[in-house]
Amino acid sequence: MNLAFSWDWLPRLSQGLLLTLELTAISMALGAVFGVLLAVLRVYGRGPLYPLYLLASAYVHFFRGTPLLVQVMAIYYGLPTLGIRFTPFISGLLALTLNTAAYQAEYFRGAIQSVRAGQMQAALALGLTRLQAIRYVILPQALRLVIPPWSNELIYMVKGSAVVYLIGVLELMGQAKNIAARTFRHFEVYVVVAMFYLALILVFTLILRWVEKRTRIPGLGVPGRA
Amino acid sequence: MLLRVEDLHKRYGKDEVLKGVSFSLEKGETKVIIGPSGTGKSTLLRCINRLTEPDRGKIWLEDVEITSPRVNIHRIRAQIGFVFQDFNLFTHLTALDNVRLGLMRVKGLSKQEATARAMQELARVGLADKAKAYPAELSGGQQQRVSIARALAMDPKLILFDEPTSALDPELIGEVLAVMEDLAKSGMTMLVVTHEMGFARTVADEIIFMEKGVIVEQGPPEQLFRNPKHPRTAEFLRRITDLYGGER
Repeated sequence: MNLAFSWDWLPRLSQGLLLTLELTAISMALGAVFGVLLAVLRVYGRGPLYPLYLLASAYVHFFRGTPLLVQVMAIYYGLPTLGIRFTPFISGLLALTLNTAAYQAEYFRGAIQSVRAGQMQAALALGLTRLQAIRYVILPQALRLVIPPWSNELIYMVKGSAVVYLIGVLELMGQAKNIAARTFRHFEVYVVVAMFYLALILVFTLILRWVEKRTRIPGLGVPGRA
Repeated sequence: MLLRVEDLHKRYGKDEVLKGVSFSLEKGETKVIIGPSGTGKSTLLRCINRLTEPDRGKIWLEDVEITSPRVNIHRIRAQIGFVFQDFNLFTHLTALDNVRLGLMRVKGLSKQEATARAMQELARVGLADKAKAYPAELSGGQQQRVSIARALAMDPKLILFDEPTSALDPELIGEVLAVMEDLAKSGMTMLVVTHEMGFARTVADEIIFMEKGVIVEQGPPEQLFRNPKHPRTAEFLRRITDLYGGER
């Protein structure tokens, strides 16, 4: 067995890495926006907003309660029967985004609920509307609190994005599969790819740790908590 | 008349916390509400700016009925300051930003105007040098003074104080009471729930004694402390004086 790494793989693996990075970054970013909206509806959706609360809850339960792989397949192979056809990349990105939004919604909900009740009371007492209170008082604190669980989700998504190779997206896993199939050097290829994932996750972890430090509220041991 | 409360009722489940409370407040007046805990004093204050919705009864701020469903409650709340027992400063904002937030987002002041106004109010409570500090970097007394500045900056017609010194270490109570006394002297209209009998006696124009959801007795401090009409008032004052001391 020859354990040598072949430099010929590098261009393809780099392309794969780039695609993995795109899939993760875009789905995490869109998922965060959508997730915050879902979480806000789940926490504050009462009165006239109650139907939206139900809708948001149903969404979260559905996408957390079904396998990501099933969601990917349903979107890529299922939607065309309804006349909706996306490229593999868009299908994969859509599935990842819809999936992570549901998970992120739960992290955001937990963070929003751990902001102390008095903060909302004080904001309302000043004359802010509920929406302004959420925007200027609750979310800035909740977003700080959410960083640790959110970084777990990011790490999960870097790895989880690999499932889209099954619909033909040549991200890191897809490229590895192709190279391995051509060269029969499975062990070396997958070890190298594992290192790529590890490096990517290490970089993300360091970035988030920096963000957490930068946004820490002076005087508080745990960010956002008095 | 600046504030008029008429027959206010509030019930939590089986527990009727307010059983028909009526009183009024003139402009520039300071009234202190005393009474055993669990008698609805805090609920009463929260009903006045509708942080808690009363079940029944009416409240007027000047000639506006603020319990009316047609009223824009946000606009009303901006005219009523509220000082909480546990301060509730926004933990992610500096003292300056705590005071500026309402000025910019509710009153629509520019950042420059808001800064000038906020600094003026921080100076008024003696904390101009702490403008850049975060709440967690301030003592309890300082935090409460910032929260008073936050309320003052909105130019309220009335400030409600909900046990403003109850969460403070004893040596920090004085600085907060001093700020409140200055405010009362400057003509601010104040409604204060407190156990600080010294403050009640020297600063209040009138004292309201509440028990079990009703006003038992009200009158000027001298009358209440010297000749309480109701035996329950006398009993409460005796016990609270033993506990907290009469004068400060």
